[in-house]
Formats: sequence, C-alpha cells, structure tokens
Amino acid sequence: MSQNATSLAYLTASVLFILSLKGLSSPETARRGNLAGMLGMAIAVITTLLTPGVVGYGPILAMLVLGGTIGAVVARRIPMTSMPELVAAMHSLVGLAAVLIAVAAYLNPHEYGIALPGGGIATGSLVEMVVGAFVGAITFTGSVVAFGKLKGTFGSNPLMFHGQHLLNLLLGLTMVGTTIWFCTHPSLAPFLVVIALALALGVLLIIPIGGADMPVIVSMLNSYSGWAAAGIGFTLGNHLLIITGALVGSSGAILSYIMCKAMNRSIWNVLFGGFGAEVAPSAQQAAASKGAKSGSPEDAAFLMKNASSVIIIPGYGMAVGRAQHAVKEMAELLGEAGVKVRFAIHPVAGRMPGHMNVLLAEAEVPYDQVFEMEEINREFVDCDVALVIGANDVVNPLARTDPSSPIHGMPILDADRAKTVMVVKRSLAPGYAGIDNPLFYADNTLMLFGDAKHIAEAIVHSL
Amino acid sequence: MSAFSENLARLTHDVPAAVPHGALPSAFVIGLTVFVLAVFVGYHVVWKVTPALHTPLMSVTNAISAVIIVGALLAAGPHELSLATVLGLVAVALASVNMFGGFLVTQRMLEMFKKKK
Repeated sequence: MSQNATSLAYLTASVLFILSLKGLSSPETARRGNLAGMLGMAIAVITTLLTPGVVGYGPILAMLVLGGTIGAVVARRIPMTSMPELVAAMHSLVGLAAVLIAVAAYLNPHEYGIALPGGGIATGSLVEMVVGAFVGAITFTGSVVAFGKLKGTFGSNPLMFHGQHLLNLLLGLTMVGTTIWFCTHPSLAPFLVVIALALALGVLLIIPIGGADMPVIVSMLNSYSGWAAAGIGFTLGNHLLIITGALVGSSGAILSYIMCKAMNRSIWNVLFGGFGAEVAPSAQQAAASKGAKSGSPEDAAFLMKNASSVIIIPGYGMAVGRAQHAVKEMAELLGEAGVKVRFAIHPVAGRMPGHMNVLLAEAEVPYDQVFEMEEINREFVDCDVALVIGANDVVNPLARTDPSSPIHGMPILDADRAKTVMVVKRSLAPGYAGIDNPLFYADNTLMLFGDAKHIAEAIVHSL
Repeated sequence: MSAFSENLARLTHDVPAAVPHGALPSAFVIGLTVFVLAVFVGYHVVWKVTPALHTPLMSVTNAISAVIIVGALLAAGPHELSLATVLGLVAVALASVNMFGGFLVTQRMLEMFKKKK
C-alpha cells in the first residue's frame, strides 16, 4: 500500500471511531456505533498488516489469536458487577503495550521511519518516546493497583505514609533529570530508569486513594490510557493513534470531572487521597442516640401497593447482594398494580460511571424507567414512597444541611422529601464516606433490616 | 535501511537538508494540530453521551485504545527475531485482548438496554 492509501485508510478508521462514541448518545444508536468501532479497528489492523515492513505474519497472527481468545472469553464470562475490574485491567494492558512499543521503537527506529539518515534518533523523537513510555508505565502500575483495590486483594482503604508527597516529588524530579540525560546521551539504561521510576510513581499515586473514590480513579486511568496511546502516536508520527488517544483521553477526563462533581470534590482533593479513612465521631454519636423505626417486608409491600408513585434508589449494596432481579420483579408487580415505578440513579452509584444503569439493564429493567439525578430529583416531593436499596451516602441529607460534614455540598438524591422513605440495609453502619446518615432516624423513615435480596423477595411474595 | 523509509524519515522529521526551512511544519507540529483538534472533537462528542451509557463508553474507549496495536504490529513486523520484535509481539497480544474483549463486552452490555415492551 502506498503511504497515501495507508493514511487515508487510517483517516477512515479515525472517523469510524468518532462515530462509535457518537452512537452512545442514545441506547438506540449505540449498537450501530459499536459496529462502527469494530469496522474502524479492522481497517486499522489490516492496513497496518499491509505496510511494507510488516512481513512476519506467522507469529503476529498467533499473538492476535492468543490475545483475541483471552479477550473474547473474558468478555463473555465477566459478571456485570465486575465491570470496573475488567476496565481497570484493560487500562493496564494499554499502558504496558505503550511501554513495550516505546522501547521497541528505541531499539529499532528504522521500522518506524524515525531513524536519522546518519544513524541515531532525533531528539524530538526521543522526548516523544519518553513521554509515551512514561504515561504508559504510570497507567500500567496505577491500573494494576486500582484493579487490586476493586477486587479487594489489596484492601480498599487508602494507604498513607509520612513524606508520601515528598517522595513523589523526588521521584518526579529524578525522572525529569533522567529524561534530560537520556535525550542528550541516548542509551537504553537511562530509558529503562525513567520507565522504572514511572512504574513506581504509578503505584505511589494510586495507593493513597480510598475505595469511595474508585469511580474517579477508574475514569482517570481511562484518560491516562488515552494519553499514553496519543504519546505513542507522536513517537511514531501516526495520526490515527494521536486522534484515538485524544478521543479516549478527553473521554476519561470528562468522566473524571463528572464523577468529581457528583461527589463535590476537586480532582486534587481526590488525587492527594486519604478520604474515607476516618470517622467523624460527633455526628456518629448524636445520631445513634435517636433510634430508628424498623418495619417488615409485609409493611413495605402494603405501603407500596397503596402508593401512587414509588421511586427506587438502588446503590452498590443492591448489586453486591445480587438483589437486582428480585427488585425488578417487585417493580413489575407494582407496575401491574397501577403504581408508577421509577428508578433514580446517582452518578456515583456503583463503582464506575454508569455502572448501576448496566446492572439494572442486566436485570431487564427497561431503560425508560431509569432516571438520572437531575431528571428525577424534583419528583421526590410528589412521590409516596422512596425505596432506598443498598445506597447510603448518596441519600444523606447532611450533604445539604451540615457544613462540617465531609460530604457537605455533594449533590444527593432527595429521598428524604418523599412522604415515606424505606431503607433496605443490613445495619445502621455508615457508608463509604464513614459518616452516619440521619435519614435512617427520620420520622418518615422505615428501616427494613436484612439482606437486600431476601427483603426484595419477601416483598415480592407479599405483593 | 530502504530508500523508502529514509525518505519518510526525512519528510516527517524535519531534517534541514531535505526540507527548505519554513516550507513545511515539522511532524511534531502537524501531530499537535491533529491532537488538539481531536481533543475538541472528543470533548463535544463525549458530553453528548447519555450518562446511562457511561460504562459502555469506558469499555468502548478501552476497545478503541487497542489501536495502539498499530505500533505493536510495526515493531513485530520483521522476519528476524530480535528484542524489538519480541516486545512488539507481546504488545500485539496485549492489545488484542483489549480489542476483542472491549468490543465484545460493550456489545454484550448494549444488548441489555431495552425499552419497555
């Protein structure tokens, strides 16, 4: 293929990738968008395979089949509750691939057309190489740590130690120094030192961040994986990689922003970490003395059957308790009894952006019954029953009323404004943010203590 | 090195001998132009994505970032095995996991989003 034909094919692939993201503006067009993405990827891979320098087809196909099989099997088997882990794992793969490609480009610059005629590599290319490898390495280890935290292998508590920020700063400065050394005296040793430092920095940047902030971290690493791809695009002078990297990078950045806004935290506050590590004792004691009213699933069924509108607020606890199918059945029965049932989703419900929507879709809840916070918040005043299942901090009225609360200012679902609030929960234990929830002790609140799935099934039984 | 890649190197990495000064912007500047414009496209397209589909958005961006495989294929390209080709081959396998896994899991999720019958 001529250079021009290759570039035009890459342009086509870029446009198809843009269309794949554009398709996600509504569930109706999303599947077509995904197909556009697949087509774009096929064009990109085939075009590259037809490049003059690419001749060793045997091993390449073997690797494609190997990786493809693993990917396909995982995609088919992964439970929807584990999507955040899968996404984190995939970010780490992109990061590692970026590092390997940057090193390969340094070892064999001819293959990428970045060698100088007299031998050696232009300084500009060296800088691009370091940047690509650096972002890739941070993405790699950062995502591995995030994966471990999500999976529970490392424990989701933030890990802080004295002088952490100073250490990060020193590592950063050493890295800048080593980069200058590499660019002025190119050899493999300083390059590998930069990569090793970036790998360490990736770990250090993610360990101080707590479980509650996981949605931000997963989005942020999504963004990094895009910048890593763009960095490699600059190294190789490949516009397809630059465009795709920029798309993915800005997508992740926007999602991080949305998640931060939904928690009323600045990105710096999240990055410097430690949130959720301590419990505010005063609020805890004040609320615990009040005592909460508890009810039975039969009471709940009776109240909801006689309501004209019910809003269900699912949280991650519902997913952990695998209660979504029973909840869906309950919603269906209520619907048949003439009750208007809707679901209200907080942006940080679940452990990644949009996670709860996928979990409800998996339980076959129709997506036109599921509403975002801004769409539904004003409806709580007119609603008879708000049923909170496995959610806590996102319905905590302290966010509105208590300026000393760590979640003050965070947008919440106004469940407390409903005529009756019912909360399905195992105990009165605080949520991720580590603070108590006065909603549990409110006059119009009925606590349904127990496992989300059992309670939902019991309600279905009494309906 | 082939004459082709030599020319390409000259064309794309402002070697002063090949390109009169000021006649063409450097590869970096062209790349930067493309990059900045693509960030704007991404910004506008992604804000239009409905929040309900943010998880599929992440998995599909995972899938398309597997386009890094283009770089991996170039590294893995030559017949003779060297450290560079081995690194390239490993990167091909890693990127393929994302490529197939990302698109298929997105497809699986999107199949679940249904309207009320």
